[in-house]
Amino acid sequence: MSAIENRIILENVSKFYGEVLGVNRVNLSIPPGVTGLVGPNGSGKTTLMNLITGLIRPTQGRISVLGISPDKPEELFRRVGYCAQFDSFPKGVTGFSFVYNTLRLHGLDDRESTRLTFESLERVSMTEAANRKVAGYSKGMRQRIRLAQAICHHPTVLILDEPLNGLDPMARAESLELFQALGKQGLHVIISSHILHEVDKMSDQVILVSSGYIVAEGQIHAVRTEVKEHPMQILVRCSDPNLLASRVFAQDHVVEAKLNDDGKGVLVRTRDADAFYLLLNELVVKDNIAMDTVAPADDDVNSVYQYLIGAENKTI
Amino acid sequence: MTRLAELRKKFAEQPWELWTRQVAAILRMDLRKNFLSRRGIWIYLLAFAPFVVITLHAIFDRAGASSIHTDTEVLAGIFQFFYLRFGIFFGCLGIFTWLFRGEVIEKSLHYYFLAPVKREVLLLGKFAGGVVTSVTLFGLGVFASFAMMYGHFGPAGQYYVFNGPGMGQLGAYLGVTVLACIGYGAVFLMLSLLLKNPIIPALLVLGWETFTPVLPSLVQRFSVTYYLKQLCPVSIPADGLMALFTVVSEPVSIAAAILGPIVLAAFVLALACKLVRRLEISYVAE
Repeated sequence: MSAIENRIILENVSKFYGEVLGVNRVNLSIPPGVTGLVGPNGSGKTTLMNLITGLIRPTQGRISVLGISPDKPEELFRRVGYCAQFDSFPKGVTGFSFVYNTLRLHGLDDRESTRLTFESLERVSMTEAANRKVAGYSKGMRQRIRLAQAICHHPTVLILDEPLNGLDPMARAESLELFQALGKQGLHVIISSHILHEVDKMSDQVILVSSGYIVAEGQIHAVRTEVKEHPMQILVRCSDPNLLASRVFAQDHVVEAKLNDDGKGVLVRTRDADAFYLLLNELVVKDNIAMDTVAPADDDVNSVYQYLIGAENKTI
Repeated sequence: MTRLAELRKKFAEQPWELWTRQVAAILRMDLRKNFLSRRGIWIYLLAFAPFVVITLHAIFDRAGASSIHTDTEVLAGIFQFFYLRFGIFFGCLGIFTWLFRGEVIEKSLHYYFLAPVKREVLLLGKFAGGVVTSVTLFGLGVFASFAMMYGHFGPAGQYYVFNGPGMGQLGAYLGVTVLACIGYGAVFLMLSLLLKNPIIPALLVLGWETFTPVLPSLVQRFSVTYYLKQLCPVSIPADGLMALFTVVSEPVSIAAAILGPIVLAAFVLALACKLVRRLEISYVAE
């Protein structure tokens, strides 16, 4: 399989709504796995998802989803499932008919459509409410029925716009598990979310969007390493924190070394994490300091988001 | 291989069976919406208003003041002036402009756009749903009006229908109703894709359909009523200005009159297919 057939590719994609910028000059190549799309409200996340699924057309640029153009919905949606944020449904539909009719639109017969409908309803724990009208569903149930519709035809690309909104903690945990399982099966799962720690937990890679621009993309550790203007924070728990603090503070790349309140660890801020890890090795040998844990303290989506997009835009 | 053979091969290779199943699925969903929506009640009223009037006429004309000949002309007038130029026109305006515009207003168009359905197939499926709805409503309205008009004459009415020209006239009225729904439906569907508010252009179409009889005959051929009034089975005696609406100055053959609205509809639908291909979901702007 060529790279283009296994990736979602956006080349120099821009979208303007009249004079208002949606997204600008976006270049992405998204591999399989779970990709978190993170950004404040109005940053362009939904625009990106709508562009990928052909619901809107780019003002300029080219999009390819596993080698298929979004201009061909008849091919695209055989492989793509999109759980959009639109909280509106055709009038009078039940949960069952909402999913079932989608499968009939795929051209499947009654029997196969019924089987796949029940299968997807079961995956999102909606079998019991299947025959109730969607208009009477709670927000969480509407969210789940949309998810059932998106996965009912076993897509290879699953695009989920804020799929955890309105879900109770139990349903959130189940959904996260489902997304991770789908990612491990080799599917492309693209999830936008405001809940940064959940994105952190489930994503193999992240795309940070702000004001219509891609701020960063890739695996979160790699993205964090690239943020040079904010020194890395590393928490070290060891047998002699005072000695460690005095040793590391003498280094040029170390900006700060702060003893933990409990006196059992040191929080180090360094401009060169690799050099710091080498230094730790030396200290273990030379000064006989026993290390308990060494862990990055700001190597997560939340910190990267804060550094790149800023706290003022945080919309959790 | 000749160009024609190539086209034939390409035609045969298309997934017709899949498209048929998809159109059937769209029809199933849309018919329910079209027939059962509360906002469509006025279309029922339009379709059956003449039936109510004729029923009242039948009740109050028990003395037999009217004749079959007179009532046949009255029915012809009702069909040409009410159904053709008003009822079916505005009924189709309501039904066909709502097919896509209604989905946008109710924010449910993405439901169709997220399925692997060729946009052209979606358009034709929705158009078919509109035709079935409008033909059923107005066909039943015309049939009920016809039945009531001749039913109240008793055996004389039955004789007129089953042994006279009645059945042929009914067939012609129903045929014209179908062609009118196809012709107007295609125009209104296309307008709804072209403009957010299709009411003003629809009124322009109404003006066009009303006043084309005074234009050169070549121009008249772009009017739906130009063809349809030639197919109406009973001519209405009209003098002066009224003759403008009933007399065809340069009639075409029956076959051409039947094909005219169909060709017009096909042309307009081809344009609509181009528009729906480029249609985006932008609920916020609505």
